[in-house]
Amino acid sequence: MSRRAAESAIEAVIRVSASLAIVGLVLIFVFIGKEALPVLLSQEVRQEAGLSRLFLPQSPEPSEPKEFAWQPISAIPKYSLLPLLTGTIKATVVALLFALPLALGAAVFSSEFAPSWLREIIKPSIELLAGIPSVVLGFFALMVMATYIQDLLGLDYRLNAINAGIALGLAVIPIVFTVAEDALTAVPQSYREGSIALGATPWQTAWRVVLPAAFPGIFAACVLGFGRAIGETMIVLMASGNAAVLSLSPTDPLRTLSATIAAELGEVVHGSPHYHVLFFIGTLLFLFTFATNLLGQAFVERLKQRLSGSRL
Amino acid sequence: MSQAASADPPAADVRVQTPAIEARSLSLFYGSFRALKDVDVAVPRREITALIGPSGCGKSTLLRVFNRMNDLVRGVRIEGSVLVDGRDIYRPDADLIALRKRVGMVFQRPNPFPISVFQNVAYGPAIHGMASNAELEEAVERNLRATGLWDDLKDRLRVPALSLPPEQQQRLCLSRLLAVEPDVLLMDEPCSTLDPIATARIEELLFELKKNYTIVIVTHNMQQAARVSSRAGFMLLGDLVEFGATEGLFTNPRDQRTQDYITGRFG
Repeated sequence: MSRRAAESAIEAVIRVSASLAIVGLVLIFVFIGKEALPVLLSQEVRQEAGLSRLFLPQSPEPSEPKEFAWQPISAIPKYSLLPLLTGTIKATVVALLFALPLALGAAVFSSEFAPSWLREIIKPSIELLAGIPSVVLGFFALMVMATYIQDLLGLDYRLNAINAGIALGLAVIPIVFTVAEDALTAVPQSYREGSIALGATPWQTAWRVVLPAAFPGIFAACVLGFGRAIGETMIVLMASGNAAVLSLSPTDPLRTLSATIAAELGEVVHGSPHYHVLFFIGTLLFLFTFATNLLGQAFVERLKQRLSGSRL
Repeated sequence: MSQAASADPPAADVRVQTPAIEARSLSLFYGSFRALKDVDVAVPRREITALIGPSGCGKSTLLRVFNRMNDLVRGVRIEGSVLVDGRDIYRPDADLIALRKRVGMVFQRPNPFPISVFQNVAYGPAIHGMASNAELEEAVERNLRATGLWDDLKDRLRVPALSLPPEQQQRLCLSRLLAVEPDVLLMDEPCSTLDPIATARIEELLFELKKNYTIVIVTHNMQQAARVSSRAGFMLLGDLVEFGATEGLFTNPRDQRTQDYITGRFG
């Protein structure tokens, strides 16, 4: 075979593998979306689980007060997504409140202050945390952490949003840390030298020069962390108590969108309204993360252009 | 000197008499590599001193000793002493922040921070405690004027510094440095990334600045050293081979190696 033919064959292989990733993504969306569509289109499904039933308060009997409830297998199935949405948001917010300061603090310490031998220890250790299977983190949160947190804070429930959020945070930390640390170390040394040569302290240099210069990357790290937190399933399934209650209190148990799919899809009647609602939830999650990543990326791009001055 | 002055000399007098910077049998090691060998040099005040020599001769290293920027490099060790205003800057209780505020540095590649023009110049005063906006604005204007940038940029103070052309970026770095009110300006090949016209304009600026500042400039452009400096030193393989009045060094070098370098036999 001629060299030219080999070149184009290699190029074709690479082209196909790149396209496969995109095709895969589109197919996943198409098939999940297809199963979710009856929630919007099928008369039969809409009667039991239409959009108004998913998002507006419902009273199962005219005599009872209106409420938001997720009870898909009770005699009168109730499909309100609001407990699941608030549960997801609660777990994500707690996780990010716990993980972002720790991860970003560790990243700044590792890239700006730690001597290189210490950095060689910190970075792989935190990145190793990403390799722990989430079921192990969930198990740890369920069996060990929950008791300590309950005793420490004197809570009514062992499994609650704080416990689930912190466990989730453990999964978020390594992602945010790695990306943020890379962004910080990618800041040109000349900025640091320039600042130090003006008599700035290392802390002033880190805070006022390096962090702003690395901000696009740090923001991207946070977006990735958010995506991980909102989509993570096993940890919240195990550590949150899994009760679909509508509550904003971090000391109450919660149930997330992802955990609901994981817990119920295995036993749901194929083709039932419940089945289609679970796929609808999946579509929502997909759109959530897709939109955050897209917006995040656009924002990062703008920031980068502003820093480099190619756009005013 | 009068009796009264010698009995109670005002600080300013002492400063005029001592060199701005003095190195005494200074050696510097990167690990086991000896980058500077027994360098003795005295940098006079309010003049431009040039350090020339081929790449790797230690001229930038010597420059970076003067405000201890070498501290950022791992495995650096110093022997001998370096005095700024008569005080050893490598003494254990030396205040690095005060030193770098007094002895500032401009780098080879312009390195404005990726923030606005205004924030770049205001950075130094702000980290050293200037908080009022009026004062900062005044400092920014004064120091942009000092480098001839004010008329060009006064309406564009909020644009990102990195959007400026290279010459303006380098002037901005100078403004940023002048804003911390140093006495000594160390310049590490400040024109090497600029075109000849921009270089000529920066050199004019140096003449302007030497009225108020002591300037040490490292360059491998011999013409530049001859044009701007009144003192010059030639370095080779870590030795300060020759140091003296620029004119003498270029027209009548004492050392054969200097002669060979300036006539272009190597370098």
